[in-house]
Amino acid sequence: MSDASWSKSFEHEAQFGDYLELLKPRVMRLVVFTAAVGLFCAPVPVHPVIAFAAILCIAVGAGASGALNMWFDRDIDAVMKRTQARPIPSGRVQPGEALAIGLTLSFLSVMMLGLFANLFAAALLAFTIFYYAVFYSMWLKRATPQNIVVGGAAGAFPPMIGWAVATGGTGLEPLRLFALILIWTPPHFWALALWRNDDYKAANIPMLPVARGPVVTRRYIFGYALLLVPVSVAPAFTSIGGALYFGMAVVLNTILLIGAWRILRRDEAAVAADRFRTEKRFFGFTIVYLFLHFTVLLLEATLRGLDLSLNWI
Amino acid sequence: MAFREEHELHTRRRGRNMAVGLLLGGFVLLVFAVSIVKLSQPQTEDIHAPNYASEAGE
Repeated sequence: MSDASWSKSFEHEAQFGDYLELLKPRVMRLVVFTAAVGLFCAPVPVHPVIAFAAILCIAVGAGASGALNMWFDRDIDAVMKRTQARPIPSGRVQPGEALAIGLTLSFLSVMMLGLFANLFAAALLAFTIFYYAVFYSMWLKRATPQNIVVGGAAGAFPPMIGWAVATGGTGLEPLRLFALILIWTPPHFWALALWRNDDYKAANIPMLPVARGPVVTRRYIFGYALLLVPVSVAPAFTSIGGALYFGMAVVLNTILLIGAWRILRRDEAAVAADRFRTEKRFFGFTIVYLFLHFTVLLLEATLRGLDLSLNWI
Repeated sequence: MAFREEHELHTRRRGRNMAVGLLLGGFVLLVFAVSIVKLSQPQTEDIHAPNYASEAGE
């Protein structure tokens, strides 16, 4: 190795922040939030220190799967505008480093969750990482236009893991939270994919708008929004829901259906006129929609804890 | 070889090393805190342990 190549190899040395970016901090925030809600809604109280440690493990596990995803997707990330600035395509982190960090943090987070909480929660976290990094990223994402439907499940596991931390098992309630995120994900991402179509086309990913066209995608968004209504209301009739949740779900689903109906009725001329304004607004709303569902569940849990819950069923 | 000389590389690395050090320190504290909590909570596994309870939470 010559002197020149020695100094060159350190020129783009990654900083701590670059490694942190590999863990997809924005996805981690959602994971932390939904896992915490799953944990606090559970009927078994958890010591705050254990709860903190367990949620941290779940967050790190999610981050690890994000790093594995960035390692595997580095070829398509370099092509798509949305992902070009990620640490690997921008040259700040070497692919091998991302793989090493992803694998190490995966093992560490699963092992520590097993020690801090219980084996069931750890197994669920391990399955989630495998599901997202291998099943979704390496296989289905590039193979089927239904990739988002399947990938949504990876994001839907955290509240189940949170619940498992508290109870050591699962139940009707965490499964309904799982279903909520699972059915919410496709319309959320397809709205984004509608105006990011060129990106996915360039990267040759069979997203629904690429593979089946925008008209079919709009129909799918509306169909999933319809399906989301009963799924979103369902937790109201379990031990974690209540009148407050039910009321919130009715209001949010009404807005959701109006938004999805508008998307369904639009044609390409309308889209060209306002540059995807309706789709972008719908995308933004779906984030608020999910956030409010989980916030109100947390509120219901707090009210139950204070014995202030309305006995409505 | 003037390795002792302060290179721009060393300043860049300092931040990274500090962050990794803090992270490891935090991890040690976390394991310690969880150990204390686990040992002080009643448990049902070891009948001879001082924190034994016939049913956890009793």
